[in-house]
Amino acid sequence: MRPLDGLKVLDFCWVAAGPMTTGYLVEYGATVVRIESQSHPDTLHNSPPFGSEGRGPNRSGYYANYNASKYAFGLNMAHPKAIDIVKRLVLWADLVTENFTPGTMEKWGLDYDELCKLKPDIILFSTSMLGRGGPYSRQPGFGPVLSSLSGMTGLTGWPDRAPTNPYGAYTDFIVPRFALPTIIAALDYRRRTGRGQHLDMAQLEAALYFIAPLMLQYTLNGHEPQRAGNRHPAAAPHGAYPCQGEDRWCTIACMTDAHWQALCQAMGYPAWTQDDLFATLLGRKAHEDELDARLGGWTQGWEAEALMRTLQQAGVPAGVVHTNQGVIEDAQLKHRGHFVYLDHPAVGRHPVQRSEFRLSQAAAEHRWAAPLIGQHTAQVCKEILGMSEDEIATLLAEGVLEDSAPHEGGAV
Amino acid sequence: MSFSPSDEGMLSPYRVLDLTDERGLLCGKILADLGADVLQIEPPTGNSARRIGPFYQDDVHVERSLFWWAYTANKRSITLNLTTVDGRALLKRLVQSADFLIESGAPGEMAALGLGYHDLVALNPALIVVSITPFGQDGPYAMYQAPDLVGMGLAGFMYVTGDPDRPPVRVGFPHFYLHGSGAGAAGAMLAHAQRVLTGQGQHVDVSCQEAVARALASAPQSYAMTGSVIVRQGSYRQTGATTFMRITWPCQDGFVNFQFSGGTAAGRGVNNFVRWMAEEGMGDAYLESLDFTQLGYGTITREMLERTVPPVERFMMSHAKQELFEGAVARRILLFPVATPRDILHNPQLQARQYFQQVPHPELGTTLTMLGPFVRASATPLRQRRLPPKLGEHNIEVYTQELGLQPGDLAQLREAGVV
Repeated sequence: MRPLDGLKVLDFCWVAAGPMTTGYLVEYGATVVRIESQSHPDTLHNSPPFGSEGRGPNRSGYYANYNASKYAFGLNMAHPKAIDIVKRLVLWADLVTENFTPGTMEKWGLDYDELCKLKPDIILFSTSMLGRGGPYSRQPGFGPVLSSLSGMTGLTGWPDRAPTNPYGAYTDFIVPRFALPTIIAALDYRRRTGRGQHLDMAQLEAALYFIAPLMLQYTLNGHEPQRAGNRHPAAAPHGAYPCQGEDRWCTIACMTDAHWQALCQAMGYPAWTQDDLFATLLGRKAHEDELDARLGGWTQGWEAEALMRTLQQAGVPAGVVHTNQGVIEDAQLKHRGHFVYLDHPAVGRHPVQRSEFRLSQAAAEHRWAAPLIGQHTAQVCKEILGMSEDEIATLLAEGVLEDSAPHEGGAV
Repeated sequence: MSFSPSDEGMLSPYRVLDLTDERGLLCGKILADLGADVLQIEPPTGNSARRIGPFYQDDVHVERSLFWWAYTANKRSITLNLTTVDGRALLKRLVQSADFLIESGAPGEMAALGLGYHDLVALNPALIVVSITPFGQDGPYAMYQAPDLVGMGLAGFMYVTGDPDRPPVRVGFPHFYLHGSGAGAAGAMLAHAQRVLTGQGQHVDVSCQEAVARALASAPQSYAMTGSVIVRQGSYRQTGATTFMRITWPCQDGFVNFQFSGGTAAGRGVNNFVRWMAEEGMGDAYLESLDFTQLGYGTITREMLERTVPPVERFMMSHAKQELFEGAVARRILLFPVATPRDILHNPQLQARQYFQQVPHPELGTTLTMLGPFVRASATPLRQRRLPPKLGEHNIEVYTQELGLQPGDLAQLREAGVV
C-alpha cells in the first residue's frame, strides 16, 4: 500500500520547490490535481533540457522530473468563471498548495480565510521567497537569487576570489526538507483534532536552518565566516585532488589521525609524508598548501574511480567528484534505483528521481510521466466535479477550461 | 472561521528517541519544532556534535557549541551508554513507549549492538526507525566513509559548483547530512501516515547521496536526454549544452545576484533592468532590441552573452549593493545582494516579520538571538520551548519520573558508566 492513498491535493505550485514537494506526495499515493493554463505556463516548461523536437511547452525534462503522476487540469484563472471551479475543487480537497508571490491567491479571493468558509478544515500550504507581510514580500524571485540572500553564495568559493553560487536554484531543493514533514504533520493534527490551518513558509526563513550555526556565530559572537574553498578547520588533507584525464577529481578528507596514517600507508610512505611538518594536524594545517601540492602530485597519476576504491578499502574517506554523467552512471545510485526512466510523447525517454528514502512497508510509484498541460481536464471534470459532457464542452468553448489537444507537440 | 492558535504542537503526542550525532541532528530538530517530544540520547561523554565549532564567546566547552545549539533546541537530553548491557536494556525499555527512533550509525552498527531494526520492532511493532546514512543500508558504497566533502562530490553537486579554472568546490557549510536529515523527517512522517492506517511501524532507509542528487536541478536530465556534461561556470551557470546564465556580478561594495535570463518571470525583470539602465543614461541598443520574456528560461547563448554582459557590468560597478537592491525592488527585478550573516540579521524583511527570536538564557545571564520558525502555522505555531539541552539535563525526569527507576539506581548506573 501507499501511505498517502486517499489524500486529495489541489495544487497551484509551479517551478521547482512546490512541484518537488507535491511530487513526493503523489509518489506516496496522494491524488494531485495541478492547475495550469496555456496563458501562464509553468516556467519550467521552457527550461532545458528538451525532447528531440527542441524547446517548447510539454517538452522539458526539468519540468517532467517533478510532475509525474499528477493530473493536469487546464484552467484559465483570468476567466471569472474559473474561481467557481476552483471552489468546487476546494470542497473535494484535503490540502491546497501554492507557491505564488504573496497576494496572488488573495487577488483571486482564494486566501485562507475564504477557503475556510468553503471548507473549515482545509489545510493551505503556501511557500514564497520571503513570506507574507514585510516590505519585500512581493519581490518576485526564485532559488538562484535566494542562495545569495540566505548567505550560501557568500560562503561558497575561494577566499581570494568572488563568491560562487551553489549550482542551480539551490534553495528550491532545501525547502522540501521542511515543507514535506510540516504538511504531513498538519494532516495528522487535523486527523486528531478536526482542525485545518494555513502553513506559510518563507523560503528564506527555512533555508537559514542550513547555515544556522553561522548565523548564531554572528548574532552571539559578532563574527562573520570567511570563504574557505574546500578546506575544513579541523582536518587536513581535505580537498578535491586532480586525477588522470581532463577535469577529473577525487576528494580526500582525513578527519582523524587514523585516516592520515592510512593514507600514508596507501601511498607507500613517500619520504615527504614522514616529514615532521605533516606529523600532526596542526602541522598539516599550517603547511596545507604544500600538503595539497604533494598529495595532488601523487593523485594525478591515478584514475579517479580506482583511487576512490583503493583509498576507501584502505580506510580513507575519498570519492569521485561526479559529473552529471557520473551521477547518471553511478553504481550506488543504480543499486538504489534512484533514476526511474519514463517515456513521454514530447519529452521522450527521461529520468525521474525517486524520493531519497526507502520505506520497508510502503510502495512508492511513478504511475505516468508528467502530463501535458490540460491533459486531464475532462477526466477531472467528470470524475471529481461530476460535470456533464455538455457542461465541459461549454466551458471549453468559453475558454474557462483548457485541454491539451490543440497544443500537443505544437510550436513554441 | 479560523481557530485561535493552540498550545498543542502538530506532533505533541509523539515521542522520538534520537540517537544521531552531527550527521542526523536536524531530523529530530524538525520533529521537535513541530511539537514532538524528542529525547536526544547521548553517550555519557557527550554527543560528538558538541565538539563542533563555532563556540559561544569562543569558549571551547561541551555546553557552548553553536552547532549543537542550532540543531538541538527544543529537544531533551539523557545520557546512555549503549556499549553496556544495562544501557541497552534501558534503551529497550524506552523503545517500548516510543513512536520513532532515529539513528545515523554506519549500516550494521546498531545490529551489532543487538539494536537493529528487527530487534527493535520485536519490542514495539508500531515503532518507526529512521536510519540516516551516506548511501543507504546496502549497495556497493554502503560501507564507504563519507564526510561532507566526499558526499557532496559523489552526489554530483561539487563538479557543477565553483570557478572553471579551479577544482570543484563544496557549499561553504556542510550540507550533505542536512539534506539527508531533512529527508529523514519526511520519511518518518510518511511512515507515520501509514502507521495511522495499519498500526504497524517500518524502517526508513535514507540515502544522503540521493537527497543531494535531488538538488541538481536538471543536470541529470541534461546528460540523460542530450548527452551534455554541465560544467561549473563561476559567476555563470550552464543551463544546457550551449546555454548559460550570468548569476553573480561585482558592484561597488561587494556582489549582487542577478539572474540574467529569459523566461516568463525572470525575463520581465531583465526587461525592466534594461529600461533602468536607459533611465540613467547607460542604455544599450542591442539589449533594448531584445524581449527577454520571449526567450526561454536559461536559453542565452555565449554569443549573446558577449554582447550583453559588458554594458550590464558597467552599470553594476557604478552602484552599491543596497542601491541596486532598492532599485530592483521598486522595478520588480530579480536582483539581490550576496548577503553575509550581518546583512541577514539586518534584513528589513526578516525584521518586519520578527523572524529572529530573543531567547532568555538565565544561566548565561543573557538573551540569545536565535532563528525563528521555519514555517508559520496558524493553528499550531512553532515555539521555542526549550533551550539547547545540557548533557544529561533530563536524566532525572526521564529515568526516575517517567521510567520509574529509583534515585539510588540512577546513582549506581552513573558510577558504572551506564548513564
